[in-house]
Amino acid sequence: MSLLDSTLTILGMFVVTFGVRFVLFARAHKVVMPPFLEKALRFVPVSVLTAIISPMILMKDDHLHLSLLNPWLLGALAAFVIGVWRQQQLLTICVGVAVFFVTKYAFAM
Amino acid sequence: MSTLHYMRRGMVASIPMIIGGIPFGLLFGSLASSYGLSPWFAIAMSSIVFAGSAQFVALGLIALHAHIWVIVSTTFIVNLRHLLYAADMVKYVKHLPMPIRVVMGFGLVDETYAALRPMYGAGIVDDKTGHKAYLGSFLAFYVMWNTTTILGVLSGELIPGMSEWGLEFAMVATFIGIITPYLKTQPFWLCMLSAGASSILLAGLPNNLGLLVSAVIGVAVGFWADILTAKGKGKGEAR
Repeated sequence: MSLLDSTLTILGMFVVTFGVRFVLFARAHKVVMPPFLEKALRFVPVSVLTAIISPMILMKDDHLHLSLLNPWLLGALAAFVIGVWRQQQLLTICVGVAVFFVTKYAFAM
Repeated sequence: MSTLHYMRRGMVASIPMIIGGIPFGLLFGSLASSYGLSPWFAIAMSSIVFAGSAQFVALGLIALHAHIWVIVSTTFIVNLRHLLYAADMVKYVKHLPMPIRVVMGFGLVDETYAALRPMYGAGIVDDKTGHKAYLGSFLAFYVMWNTTTILGVLSGELIPGMSEWGLEFAMVATFIGIITPYLKTQPFWLCMLSAGASSILLAGLPNNLGLLVSAVIGVAVGFWADILTAKGKGKGEAR
């Protein structure tokens, strides 16, 4: 990439990223949230984050990869079970990552 | 209580997700260098744009020689979820001075929202202290993200093939760590299952549109289930 292209890319990404995050804060004293919207917004984190990671976990090269030899699926299942059971973020993350890497390298051998 | 005290609280609440973010930042830096991009490009993106998953999507598009407007509009779509986070945070920022709101907006990432929103909800922080904890969390993430980007760029040049280790799984595990504490009632389970199923079914849509549509479906299902269970309770239990 040329310097001009790099600069424009980063500038453009900054404008849309910051714009999306800031626009409501800028008008925060004037924005009135209807109660139903407040209620619906509680579901945003679960919904968005699940939609980001599900294809990463369950798909490989645009196809479903539902196999017990899929390290992504095993690591995610382990993290999920620990997360629901113990509710401890650090433990959830560490167990998930450990299961992922152990199975990934065990199956590669 | 002092400002530093609350900043530290925000940082402490973010520690698990900061640890989860470290491999992700390393991966970003090493991917950028494996694509032959200038180290300064990766560093500028992490410090100026500061948007984890959107930065990865952008790298992928740059590798495909996508046009700049495609990169920028995809970034916009991937980050639209932050508009929803902001909408949820409006009630906690509306009394704050504009410069603080600017910094809070710049730092509104999944992890800081996930760390801070429950603190407001549980009454650990309030209108006067919440933004201090928020800034502490933001600062911790900002330092981590930029440090790991630089380390990733350097190690990517020294250790070829690092980008194929599967470091992005750390993001998956972190997000699962954010999701699972919510799963205490049926509507949240239904929200998760419907968003997950739609994201698989719609994965073929162009420009990450599947992500956006699935997110809306998940929110709608959760909201609808919530209303139905509230109604059911009102009828079934004499209170």
